[in-house]
Parts: sequence; C-alpha cells; structure tokens
Amino acid sequence: MRLTHWVTVLTLAGMIASGLQIYEAYARFGSRGGPFFPSPFDDAHFPAWSRLGGWLAGALNWHFALMWPLVTVGLLYLGYLVRNGEWRALLFRPRDVRGAIAMAKYYLRLRKDHPPQGKHNPLQKLAYTSIYFLGVLAVLTGLAIYKPLQFGWLTALFGGFQAARYWHFWIVWIFVGFTITHVILVFAVDPASLRAMITGWYRGRFPSRD
Amino acid sequence: MTETATPRRHDATRQGLDRRAFVQLAVAGGAASLAAACGWDGGNAIRPGLLDISRVNDWVGEKILFSPTRLARTYSPAERSAMLPSYFISAMMPMLVNPSAWRLRVDGLVRQPLELSVDDLMRMPPVSYTVKHTCVEGWSAIATWHGVPVSAIVEYCRPLPTARYINFVSFDSGYSNGWDLASALHPQTILAYGMNDQPLTPAHGAPLRLYSPTKLGYKLTKYLVSMTFTERRPGGYWEDQGYPWFGGI
Repeated sequence: MRLTHWVTVLTLAGMIASGLQIYEAYARFGSRGGPFFPSPFDDAHFPAWSRLGGWLAGALNWHFALMWPLVTVGLLYLGYLVRNGEWRALLFRPRDVRGAIAMAKYYLRLRKDHPPQGKHNPLQKLAYTSIYFLGVLAVLTGLAIYKPLQFGWLTALFGGFQAARYWHFWIVWIFVGFTITHVILVFAVDPASLRAMITGWYRGRFPSRD
Repeated sequence: MTETATPRRHDATRQGLDRRAFVQLAVAGGAASLAAACGWDGGNAIRPGLLDISRVNDWVGEKILFSPTRLARTYSPAERSAMLPSYFISAMMPMLVNPSAWRLRVDGLVRQPLELSVDDLMRMPPVSYTVKHTCVEGWSAIATWHGVPVSAIVEYCRPLPTARYINFVSFDSGYSNGWDLASALHPQTILAYGMNDQPLTPAHGAPLRLYSPTKLGYKLTKYLVSMTFTERRPGGYWEDQGYPWFGGI
C-alpha cells in the first residue's frame, strides 16, 4: 500500500520530467499556422533539471515505459481500496457537500468549533477523490494523444488532438499544485505520518481522535 | 509456544521487508533524480531496457490497437492548414537530375517484381483524401493527398506468403522506413504523387512519397526509389536512433 504511494511519486516525477522534454519539440497548442489555444507556456523552455530523456526520442521512450508502472500501481491502489472497503472513507459523495462547507467555514475562521468527522474530513475526501479522478483524466487524455486514430472517439471527446494535448499538459500543473499543498500539509499538520508512510509505523497522535 | 512465536516471527519479517523496501526506494529515488539531473536518455545502463519496452509498445500498437479497417477522419479541402512543414536529411534538397528516368522499384519476396513510372501510377485508379497529418513532435496539419493505394501495388506484385514487412527506401541520403504489412495494406495508405491539387513538390518528396494518416509523419517515406518485401523487420532512419518502430497512431 505504502509502496504504491512511493512508486507513484517516482513514476509520476519521471512522467512529468519526460513530458516537459516532449513538450519542447512543439511548444504550442494548435494546428500548424494556428489558431492556438491560450497558454502562458507558448515556446517555453523548461530548465534542464526538470527534463528527462535528453532528446525527443529518449523522452518518448521514458514516457511510454513509465506509463505501465504508473497505470498498474493506480489500478492496484484502486483494487486495494475496493477490496478493503477503504474507498468509503475517501470517496467524496453528494452527502459530503454540507460537511465540506462546514469544514471550509472552520478553516476560514467563520466557525469556531471543528466539525465532527470520520477518518478524513469532507474537504480531504474532496481532494483525494479529485486527484484520483484527475489521474484517470491524465491517462485518458494521454491515450487520446498516443493513438488519436485508434482511440478517435476519445480524442473527439476531448475536442481533438491539439485540445487533448492541451488538457494533458494542464493536468500536470494541477498535479504539481496538489503535491506541493499535500507536502506542506503533511509537515504542518501531521509530521509523524511521513515516518509512518515510510516505515509503516505510526508514532504520532491522531488529531481527529482528540 | 508455537502460537506466540509465529506472530512474533511474522512481525520481524514484516519489519525487515519494510526496511528493505525503503532502501530499494531510496536507491531508485536517487537513480531517478540523477537521471533527471543529467537529462538522460537512460545512459548505457537503462537505454536498452527502455528500447525493449518500446518494442513491447510496438507489439501492443500493431497487434492489439491497430485496426486494418478503421479509417482516419477526413476533412473538407477548405479546412486545409496554412502550412505543412517538411524536411530532408541530405545537405541539399533531394532533386532528380532526370525525372523521366525515375522508376519505383518493387522487389524482394514477390512473384512479380515491378518497375513503375509516375505515369504508370497515374493510370491506376486514383485515391484522394484530406486528412490530418500528425507529427511525433506534437504538431498537426491538414492537407489533401492524391495517389494510389499500396494495396493496389500489392495486387500487381503478389507478395510471397513469407513476406511480412515492406522496406520503403528513398534517394534522400538513403532515408528509409520499415513497415508492417497490415499498416501498408490499410485502405488509406497510399503512394502519393500529388498534394493539395498540385503535383508533389520537391520539398514534400517529389516525385513519389508514402502517405498514411495511420502513422506519424516520420514513417511516411519521401523521395521514394524502392519498396522491398521482406521476411525480417527492416529498421529505419529515425527508428534506428530510438524512435518507436511502429509509429502508428
């Protein structure tokens, strides 16, 4: 279980780095001659440390190799959640909306007392459900770019080949934003969980059980 | 005794595994950051492994995902892109000194080897379509192509049952591409002598080039001189440098 988390960290980092190298080959979104989708990254060059593969072919080979462990681990993780019933603690459902609003009010200091919750509060559920959904979208937009003829229906669903590239690219920045927030929260709220995620042993106190 | 000892031993194993897994992860993490820092294509240690996986992906693309009957979407000529970039690998643009002497050689594992002039090809039933060109770099552009299906040539030359691939060779410093027979026989895979209602220009591979909306641009051999049917998988200019061999989309 913890292994799937760390394998995801590594493979996702490799996917992003090789993806940035691939992006350099055509740093635009739109057919040749335009029009182009609006993007602040037009003709952008990303720093060498953030790219993997050396050149386009090298980056493609990394990208199309790492996609296998990343998807496999994603499915294993999902399978684990389903088998153990842990998905119930993580899936954001319509009935969580009210709790999410209460939680947001608490964080914004519009409410004094911490709302009651289970293992995860509704905002956590929303974050973890969204990021998994985003992962699924990353895979689907990826397939739409990888085989735009064989998966033509998927490519059309995302608005065509160039639009699918556009969404595939933007999902990366949401992942990066999530990861930064996620790491900050781990250190700010529950540093003991970091050791637990590495060793498997939790030696902290459960804030939600206080 | 045994009942108490078993879980203890179990715990010890678990802890040992955790530590080992952690060390493995740390090593893998170190290697990955090193790779990222160097802008690696994997180096001599990892590159062969990546190429092996690329071959697995070729197999998945060719045997599982490719459909011999699924057609690429066609567009109206009004939707053509303003431009379609092209390139060649020779120092100068490859041009024929004597265009009328040019012939396409069809040979290898065939019952009937052929030598075809552009006029011979133009007398065969023509195909025209306006399709999206997809480059491995990520750009795309729409253009109209005119030519004859490779499947029509195959009917004339009648390949032997042992033929599994076609090697398309050019006069652009020997640029070539190996193709699987199924992709070559796709109804939209053609030998093109025209583009956008005009005869093919030297920039786009005159007098004859391979065209197909089923593959990435680098698989579409320009400046053709021959197509040879083979039993063993031929390489190709970019393919031999690490680009995916199948290149199907």
